[in-house]
Amino acid sequence: MTFAALITLFAAAALVAALMVAAGVFTWAERRILGFFQERLGPNRVGPFGFLQWVADTVKLITKEDAPPPGADRFAYRLAPVLASAPILAGFGVVAFAPGLSIAALDMGLIFALGMLALTVYGIALGAWASRNRYAMLGGLRAGAQLLAYESFLGLSLMGVVLLTGSFRMGDIVTAQTELWFVFQQPLGALLFLIAGTAAAHRLPFDLQESEQDLVAGFMTEYSGMSFALFFLGEYLAILLVAALATTLFFGGWLGPWLPAPVWFGLKVGVICFGFIWLRAALPRPRYDQLIGFAWKVALPLALLNLLITGAIVVGGQP
Amino acid sequence: MSGNFAIWAASLAFLSALVAVTRASVAHVLIWLLAMLLSLAACFFALGASFAGAAQVLIYAGAILAVFVFVVMTVDASPPAQETERARLGKAWIAPALVAVLLLAPLAGLTADPTTPQGRAVPATELGALLFGPWALAVEIASGLLLAALMGARHLGRRGRPEGRR
Repeated sequence: MTFAALITLFAAAALVAALMVAAGVFTWAERRILGFFQERLGPNRVGPFGFLQWVADTVKLITKEDAPPPGADRFAYRLAPVLASAPILAGFGVVAFAPGLSIAALDMGLIFALGMLALTVYGIALGAWASRNRYAMLGGLRAGAQLLAYESFLGLSLMGVVLLTGSFRMGDIVTAQTELWFVFQQPLGALLFLIAGTAAAHRLPFDLQESEQDLVAGFMTEYSGMSFALFFLGEYLAILLVAALATTLFFGGWLGPWLPAPVWFGLKVGVICFGFIWLRAALPRPRYDQLIGFAWKVALPLALLNLLITGAIVVGGQP
Repeated sequence: MSGNFAIWAASLAFLSALVAVTRASVAHVLIWLLAMLLSLAACFFALGASFAGAAQVLIYAGAILAVFVFVVMTVDASPPAQETERARLGKAWIAPALVAVLLLAPLAGLTADPTTPQGRAVPATELGALLFGPWALAVEIASGLLLAALMGARHLGRRGRPEGRR
C-alpha cells in the first residue's frame, strides 16, 4: 500500500470520527433548540448548558442490552442498522469541505452521494421485515413508498445545477458559484431539493414511517441499545449530508469572505440544520396520501419543468 | 492496481450472486443481490466507467431493487414457511444449473484471451455526446420501453377502483 493511500485511509477514519461527534452534538443542539421553541428548558444538567448530554446518552446506549425479539431473522436484523448508517458515512467521502479537501474528489461525486442516500431504504425495510412486528412492518412499508417517491425528484431537482456547471464533481460545482450562488439561479431546484432532502432524512413533516402516535416507533420498534443508536445515527447523519449537499450545490459551499473555507462550509451547514430543526418545531404531519400525492403529482412535474427550462436556457445561451 | 481491484470486485459480485441463488429466504436473496450490484458498481469504478458505476448504485441498487422490497415485505418469514420453501426448491435447481453451465462455454470463449483490464476514466460529457450522438436511436427506443411500462403501471393502478372516486 502506498503512502498516499495510507494518508487517505487515516483521513477517512478521522472524518468518520468527526461525523459521529457532529451527529451527537446535533442531537443535543436539536433538543435545546426545540426546548426553546416550545418554551421549556431541554437537557441542561450534564456539563455546561447540558452540552455533555449526548456523551451520557451514548454511554447509556452502548451499555444497554441489545435484545432481538424471539422469532426475528437474526442475519437481517443485525445487518439492517449497518445498512441504515454506513452508506451515509460513505456519501460524506465525496463532499468537498474546502478547495482540495475531500476524501475522494470523484468525477461522479454528486451521483455517488445520491446513490448512497438511496441505499438507506434497505436498512429500514430489512429492519422492519426482520423484526416480525406489525408496527415495524407498517413503518417499513410507509418508508419504502415514501423514499421511492421522494427519491424520484431528489436527483432531478439537482440536474439544473449540473447543467449550469457541466460537471458532477463537488469542487467544480462550488467554484462555478464564485460570482452568484446557484440558489438565485435555481430557486425552484433548491426548494425541491430541500423538500426531498427532508424526506430522504425522514424528518418531520416526512416522518410518517416512525410517527409515534400511530406506529410506536415504526421500523425501529423492536430495536434497542447500539442497533437502535445506529438507526438514529444514520438519521442524523442523513440530515447533515443533505445540509452539506445543499450548501455545496446551492449556497456556494466553502466560498465566503474573511473566514477560512472550512469554517464557512461549517457555518452554512449549521444554518441549514437549524432550519431543519425549526421545521420540526413548526409543522404538523400531513396525511400519508397527501404526502405521496404531493411527491408524484406536484414535485416531480415541477422538477421536470425546472430541468426543461434550465436546459433551454443553457442550450439557447450557447453560441 | 485498478485492474486487479476490478477482478477482486468482479469475483465478489460472482460469489454474492452464487450465495443469492442458494438462499431460501427471499429477504436474504435481496441482501446478497444488493451486495452483488454494489460489487459490480465497484468493478465499473475500477475500470474507469465511473458514470456506469454511479448509475449502477443509484438506479439498480437504489431504485429497481428497492421495488423488490415491497415483495419481500409481504413474504412470510416464519421458520416453518422457510422449511416449505427449502423443500420446494429440492431438485428444481438442476435444470437451471445445466443451462448456466452451457451458457458459460461461449462466455469463456469471449474471455479466452487473457488481457489485464486497463482503467481509463471516461468523462460524463463524452459519454453524453456518445449516447445522444451515434446511439440516439437506441436511447429513444429504450425510453419508449419505459413509457410503455409507465402506461401499463397506470392501467394496473386504475383497475378495480370504485366509480366516482377521481
